[in-house]
Amino acid sequence: MAKNDMKKDVAVPALGLVGMLRWAWTQLTSMKTALFLLLLLAVAAVPGSLFPQRSVNPEQVTIYLTNKPTAGEWLDRFQLFDVYSSVWFSAIYMLLFISLIGCILPRVKKHAKALRTPPPRTPSRLNRLPQNGTIEIQSALESGLSDAEIARQAAALLKKRGYRSEARTEGPTPSAGAERGYIREIGNLLFHISLVGLLASVGIGGAFGYNGQRVLVEGETFVNSLVSYDSFKPGTWFKEDSLDPYSVKLDKFNITFDRESTTHFGQPIDFTAEVETRRSPDAEPQKETIRVNHPLRIDGADMYLVGNGYAPVVTVRDGAGNVAFSGPVVSVPQDGMYTSLMVIKAPDAKPDQLGFQGFLLPTAMTDETGFAISGDPNAINPQLQLNSYYGNLGLDDGNPQNVYVLETDNLKELNNRNLDAGGIVLSAGQTYKLPDGKGSISFDGLKRFIGVDIAYDPSKRPVAIFAALSLLGLGISLFTARRRAWVKVKTSVDGSGREERIIEYGLLARGEDHGLESEAKELRKLLEQQWPAVERAGV
Amino acid sequence: MENNMPTINVALGQYSDLFMLLAAIVYASAFVAFAWDLAKSSKLIQEIDAATLASEKKVLVAAGAVGTPPSSRAEDELVNDSMTYTASSAKRMAAKIAVSLTWLGVLLQGFAVVARGIAAGRVPWGNMYEFLSTGSFLVALVFSLVLLKKDLRFMGTFVIGLVTVMLCGATMGFPTPVAHLVPALQSYWLIIHVSIAVLASSLFTITFAMNVLQLVQHWRMDALAAGKPDKMPFMRLVPGAAPLENFAYRINAVAFVMWTFTVMAGAIWAEAAWGRYWGWDTKEVWSFVIWVVYAGYLHARATGGWTGARSAWLSIIGYLCIVFNFTVVNIYFNGLHSYAGL
Ligand code: HEM
Repeated sequence: MAKNDMKKDVAVPALGLVGMLRWAWTQLTSMKTALFLLLLLAVAAVPGSLFPQRSVNPEQVTIYLTNKPTAGEWLDRFQLFDVYSSVWFSAIYMLLFISLIGCILPRVKKHAKALRTPPPRTPSRLNRLPQNGTIEIQSALESGLSDAEIARQAAALLKKRGYRSEARTEGPTPSAGAERGYIREIGNLLFHISLVGLLASVGIGGAFGYNGQRVLVEGETFVNSLVSYDSFKPGTWFKEDSLDPYSVKLDKFNITFDRESTTHFGQPIDFTAEVETRRSPDAEPQKETIRVNHPLRIDGADMYLVGNGYAPVVTVRDGAGNVAFSGPVVSVPQDGMYTSLMVIKAPDAKPDQLGFQGFLLPTAMTDETGFAISGDPNAINPQLQLNSYYGNLGLDDGNPQNVYVLETDNLKELNNRNLDAGGIVLSAGQTYKLPDGKGSISFDGLKRFIGVDIAYDPSKRPVAIFAALSLLGLGISLFTARRRAWVKVKTSVDGSGREERIIEYGLLARGEDHGLESEAKELRKLLEQQWPAVERAGV
Repeated sequence: MENNMPTINVALGQYSDLFMLLAAIVYASAFVAFAWDLAKSSKLIQEIDAATLASEKKVLVAAGAVGTPPSSRAEDELVNDSMTYTASSAKRMAAKIAVSLTWLGVLLQGFAVVARGIAAGRVPWGNMYEFLSTGSFLVALVFSLVLLKKDLRFMGTFVIGLVTVMLCGATMGFPTPVAHLVPALQSYWLIIHVSIAVLASSLFTITFAMNVLQLVQHWRMDALAAGKPDKMPFMRLVPGAAPLENFAYRINAVAFVMWTFTVMAGAIWAEAAWGRYWGWDTKEVWSFVIWVVYAGYLHARATGGWTGARSAWLSIIGYLCIVFNFTVVNIYFNGLHSYAGL
């Protein structure tokens, strides 16, 4: 490979602007710079694993900034929470890819030319090559073959062995020149070009995509439109009309827990969501499943199962006996036994708004200390343990609130285990009357919910293609040998006046080639087969 | 059970644990035998040298000359730069014992790994214990297979030492009874992605050993050239720095292609599991770093002034990143890859 002409010594040029630019370009596209930028890229990627990243884990970043405000602010200033979109990281890989393109273009041109030029001249001394040898042949002489004829046959033989060969019959010593492994450089170029293609696809494709999240309780239907998402992140060039109007209804969610292992008892071993999908509003419904590692694939916009839990169905009535809230409440699992945190807000309750917070215990038990815990992740004896509040939920001032958090600052406690009224303990089917005639709450049943990610990324296919091509190119480039071979034919007369005909051969590797020696042996065997060597008895 | 999970064979799992332990003991003995071979053979070489020197001195004294070094390298009889077995290789009894012990260890551990897979009804690489026990098995197996053709016994102390450490790390650091896979790992990509990753890491382990020896040999040769005494006579059993470098390069090239495939397969799996093929999760970051470092290594081999010791350093740094990725990242950094389930 042309490493020598890439390796120009660094010399400060006394040139004009054009000269300066030319010099800078030569430097940027040199192998040394490429190596430096590659190593720099490796180092630059590391901080992204040491500090929480906004793109991966925004909550962790917030926590970090709260806990270590001074250090956090400095880290943020240097974009250490956004490493992979930071100015410095981008600068490194952009430079690397410019260097790469600047490297590929001349190599493509050079190799295109190499493919059209005949194999290199036969060197005058083959015995200087790393692999070489001579064979004295006899029979060919007797059969009346000329030196030129033998050179032509040698060229044909090399061609059969996968070399591009040329017979050189002019001049006093006819020879054959050959080269093979042009595909090595093609593979190398394919690899590097595919890397450019890969990066371009990631950048362009990603901009048209989107991803979003949604929590779906059993019985609920998701319709693919912006309002249906709990959260949504569009790419730069996303257009709303690119959302396909499909719908997905969650029929049932099943979990299987390990019931046999003593060491891993209760560990989940399967999650399956049974869904009914419609590709368009008037399409036939289809029964499908979503499982971990098996997303629901709908026209490129795929739905992934990423979370699950219980949603107790609750009815809250206010002091006047009117229903203030009714429906499933998504609760957030806190441990392997699905002890789940839940919050209920009933802003329509009159005269006072009502709020509840506490836990769902799928299998309620009391531990040694008399504390209520969940003993199993399955809902064998579901129980709600709640505190209740009344007053102003703070929902009316228009500020967005987290549905999983109850702001208790402006609320008065009604039920709590520290109060006379105690906490609320409800088994399935039971109703509890709130103190002071504030209303009631009933636990009507239990459903499961799933959390899904919906992602559309048009770069997937081109990225996959370029990745496959780069792997192919890499394999070709690393495992094919580029080598040159020459065969020379000489006739001379020895002391006794006997004509001697000698075939001389030599091989040269271009780049890494540990197989040159065995290739030389193989070539020798073929030559000897074609023109058997002289039996030299007694020599 | 409603789904078709095979039942766990606890008894077979315990047999597997037992055989892992036996294998660890056998490897430890092989390690001792390899070390003994190094010590013994270097003494043997010194004796041959001394004998040659004495006889040559006699000749030279008779001829009136003094102070010429021995004419032939005694170790050439025991090792050569193409790392093939020589006629005198058979003299190394300790090394022969060490190799036999290594094979015994491979058989015991092979049984243990397969038994664990059967006991769990799945491939035996689903947690730290299994990555380490299967990984160390592959290192020992690949090393033993290469030994059939090439005389790499000089690396035995190093490689089998690493295998012993890995296996002890598995049994003592992460003892894990046989169990089902968490749903996140139930995918045929586990079979493809992780097996190639473990195999690539095993190859990188072997080249790491070679590159370290290459550097040591390099320094030793420099010191000798500067006229300093030979502080590491056992290194005379090790081939020259250049053949070590070339052989390591050949293996590194294969391992790099495997690692490239590992990263790609990981991306495909991530797409199926999490809805994105690349998300800079900590494990992804480190796999990327490792890939770039080894790409740098391959580049360095084609860059003027970067071959030899410098590229060996890159290979060593790459391996340290692999170790870091496997230990610190798995244990202390939490990301999606901390296989906690859904
Ligand atoms: C994204 C950055 C790059 C990566 C990841 C990368 C990776 C690699 C790898 C893995 C190889 C060895 C496999 C093979 O021979 O095909 C290689 C070889 C090579 N690369 Fe790159 N490369 C990058 C950028 C560049 C740049 C910028 C240049 C030009 C200065 C360059 C020039 C070469 C050359 C000439 C070889 C052949 C070396 C040989 O003879 O073995 N590469 N590259």
